[in-house]
Amino acid sequence: MVNQYETVFIMTPVLSEDQMKETVQKFEKILTDKGAEIVHQENWGLRKLEYPIQKKSSGFYHLFEFKADGDVVANLELQYRRDERIIRFLTVSMDKYAIAYAEKRRANRKEQPAAEAPVEQPAPEPQVEEVNNEESNIETAE
Amino acid sequence: MAQQSDIKYIAPVAIDIKKKKYCRFKKSGIKYIDYKDGEFLKKFVNEQGKILPRRLTGTSLKYQKKVAQAVKRARHLALLPFVTDNLKSNY
Repeated sequence: MVNQYETVFIMTPVLSEDQMKETVQKFEKILTDKGAEIVHQENWGLRKLEYPIQKKSSGFYHLFEFKADGDVVANLELQYRRDERIIRFLTVSMDKYAIAYAEKRRANRKEQPAAEAPVEQPAPEPQVEEVNNEESNIETAE
Repeated sequence: MAQQSDIKYIAPVAIDIKKKKYCRFKKSGIKYIDYKDGEFLKKFVNEQGKILPRRLTGTSLKYQKKVAQAVKRARHLALLPFVTDNLKSNY
């Protein structure tokens, strides 16, 4: 039976940006090879952990939302366990409320990507906003 | 003895008129509690990171179960601590 799942995993902070992306691609491939359809993915970047895991106090978070059969999940989790770059993972099946919430959340994140990911590119955002404001001012003036 | 009973009447009888508790999820129509939002879940744990009981937060049983589930998932992903001191003073 095809279900929608959501999986979050934490990678070790010792990876470089490229290595991190490569790991993400690896798991994306594992999913797509097994016939899963990736609905959405999010990279939360390097985040501080609330408690140390394997003596690390931070980690790269990544989220996948996908539609697949249940046995894909078992395979994915097996691959998580085998990969020593993954320090923690969680896979959850989504009910209809979770799917509705995820869609809403996605829409919100598109509107304001800087709010949820403050580490990445804090600088260019205000400029865009200023430009928008000026444009709107001009429009109202006319 | 007579004086004691006087004191009893000087003090206001019902000091705090209790505000009726309500379930915030039912009231605002939230159907799904997200385990990824650690900041939101901090409202349902005490300073040591323990889940607050229903009698304090007023959450209905249906949503208390979901809150508990979400907090536990968040803890697994290190978005919330299992044990700590002064959780609330950090932010």
